[in-house]
Amino acid sequence: MSADADARQRHWAKTRNLTVLVLILWFIFSIIVPWFTKELNEATFLGFPLGFYMIAQGSLIVFVLLIFFQNWRQDAIDDEFGFGEE
Amino acid sequence: MNGSFIQNLGRVYGLYTGGFLVFILLMAILEQMGVSAATIGILFVAFTIAIYALIGWLSRTMQVDAYYVAGREVPAVYNGMATAADWMSGASFVALAGGIYFGGYGYMAFIVGWTGGYVLVNSLMAPYLRKFGCYTVPDFIGTRYGGNLARFVAVVILVVASFTYVTAQINASGTIAARALQIPFSYGVWFGLLGILLCSMLGGMRAVTWTQVAQYIVLIIAYVVPVVWMSNAQGFGIIPHFSYGDAVHRIAELEAEYGLVKAAEAIPGVAVLTTPHNAPGGGMDSWKFVTLAICMMAGTASLPHILMRYFTTPSVRAARKSVAWSLLFIFLLYFTAPALATLTKLQLLDPTLPTAIIGHSIDEVMALPWIQNWSAVGMLAVSDQNGDGLLQLNEFFMRPDIVVLATPEIAGLPYVISGLVAAGGMAAAMSTADGLLLAIANALSHDLYYKIIDPKADTAVRLIVARVLLVVIGAAAALIATLQLTGILGAVAWAFCFACSGLFFPLVLGVWWKRANTQGALAGMIVGFLAGSAYLYYVYNGGAPWLGIDHLRFGMIGMPASLIAMVVVTLMTPAPDEETQRMVDEVRLPSGETILGSTH
Repeated sequence: MSADADARQRHWAKTRNLTVLVLILWFIFSIIVPWFTKELNEATFLGFPLGFYMIAQGSLIVFVLLIFFQNWRQDAIDDEFGFGEE
Repeated sequence: MNGSFIQNLGRVYGLYTGGFLVFILLMAILEQMGVSAATIGILFVAFTIAIYALIGWLSRTMQVDAYYVAGREVPAVYNGMATAADWMSGASFVALAGGIYFGGYGYMAFIVGWTGGYVLVNSLMAPYLRKFGCYTVPDFIGTRYGGNLARFVAVVILVVASFTYVTAQINASGTIAARALQIPFSYGVWFGLLGILLCSMLGGMRAVTWTQVAQYIVLIIAYVVPVVWMSNAQGFGIIPHFSYGDAVHRIAELEAEYGLVKAAEAIPGVAVLTTPHNAPGGGMDSWKFVTLAICMMAGTASLPHILMRYFTTPSVRAARKSVAWSLLFIFLLYFTAPALATLTKLQLLDPTLPTAIIGHSIDEVMALPWIQNWSAVGMLAVSDQNGDGLLQLNEFFMRPDIVVLATPEIAGLPYVISGLVAAGGMAAAMSTADGLLLAIANALSHDLYYKIIDPKADTAVRLIVARVLLVVIGAAAALIATLQLTGILGAVAWAFCFACSGLFFPLVLGVWWKRANTQGALAGMIVGFLAGSAYLYYVYNGGAPWLGIDHLRFGMIGMPASLIAMVVVTLMTPAPDEETQRMVDEVRLPSGETILGSTH
């Protein structure tokens, strides 16, 4: 019983750390990057002004990859503690 | 029968997609044979709605868990498609690219907000709510915090947010139906509602799920095909997304050359281009962008019609997986929208392209069929206000909402593409309206009627109540839609702000803060919702916006109020009991039984 409680606690700690990491990346690409669109527009990427590119595509691509990344890591955490259900 | 349907999903929807492509070809052939544009438009809209209605009828059910959560057997990829259709409304399909065309940088906040929000859904909400095993979002609030009052307040906020949203969708479906079927707008609204109810009434969530998958396929084809075609014609290749950068630079040059000046004389209902395509000013511009994006992201993570889609998956892991698929499918449309806005603008402005009109003689422009068609319905105007006989940039007026619908005609594509776009817009508006109506009707029938008013009601009565409510709410929304109180995009932003003001923190903290209690949740919901609404009332009636927070962003007032009220009141009152705390621990564990039974 206490071993189970311990596993639960460590599982939740790891889950929480992963979530915090994901939210930091989310904050950078959804708040910080759009904030500096004007400055980023000085640079060019694939022929686009970089700032425009990021809010039209770049950040969006990051969001998609971020969720697939998070699920991959979360599945590993769940399996590590035997809480993966499938 | 049912099991075999789930196993054969790939084949069923593969056949369906193939059938739809054949239908498009058939329409193209009919057009070549001289069938009129009007007939093709009617065939497109009527044929697709008939298919959705057929799926709705085949999915009819009298089982509670099939009606509320599609039997919890929807595979992740298909739930992703259904969520994408549920998510991308008439506003995304019809109005977003037009918003970017006219609003430039500032409007792109919708794109960032409506995709970034899914990171919040995946990290903070979906897996935990799925583990909970609830039927509706107020079901979670009511069980986690206990007490009918919390459940009731959640129902009220859900109804206000979703109802605001659904009137905009019925408005959009009415607009498209009216144009494609050539009937008056008020008939179009009721026709749209009929189609929406055919999809949801008999089969509830199960029927809505399978029609939404079908609607996603139609809407994504309809959105991407014209852009690809147009891009190819302009020399940006068949996948414009990574190569239209030059178009962005070119537009900046042309804007400087023509000058972005206000029209000498405004024409009501239509606008000229005055905002540069890509010229963020930093400072206040950045603040306005970020605040709008925050409201849209938090709203995404609190809107019940989206969250309830993740209750239909077979497991917690499948719920997470389906969030990822949802965002991928949504992303396909959202990263196309700026491309569409940019390429459409370029082909009107760039004198080296055959479709250009700016700088051409007024008579020549007035003779173009698409200019005549849209002018006839008052959605476009050309007026030689400086009297030089040439069309200036500030003499070309257009309603932002028509950019997507008119693009195929502007680009000179065959009419079959316009018919396809109309069918896609209809699919987008209908699928979102279905999800919203179902969210409202389910909250009222499950949470208000069954959980609060008559807990002894038997299954048949509950499902009949749910259906009656669906029809009544749909009719009420259609009635309000015919009044056309607000624009489409404005009403949608309000819905997000209502939802995030009242529900975001109570939902998040219900999982992430074990100490959160009933009193705190009540305070968070009530204070957040009232503060946001009061501020909306204030700015909407001419009050000066505080820090640039206007009526599209009132969630920036509601959310902090909600958070502060919830934390303060929770800390001033006793911690929740042992049982509730154990329940939160259980929710955080991805495996094992759901908190609520499979039928409750």
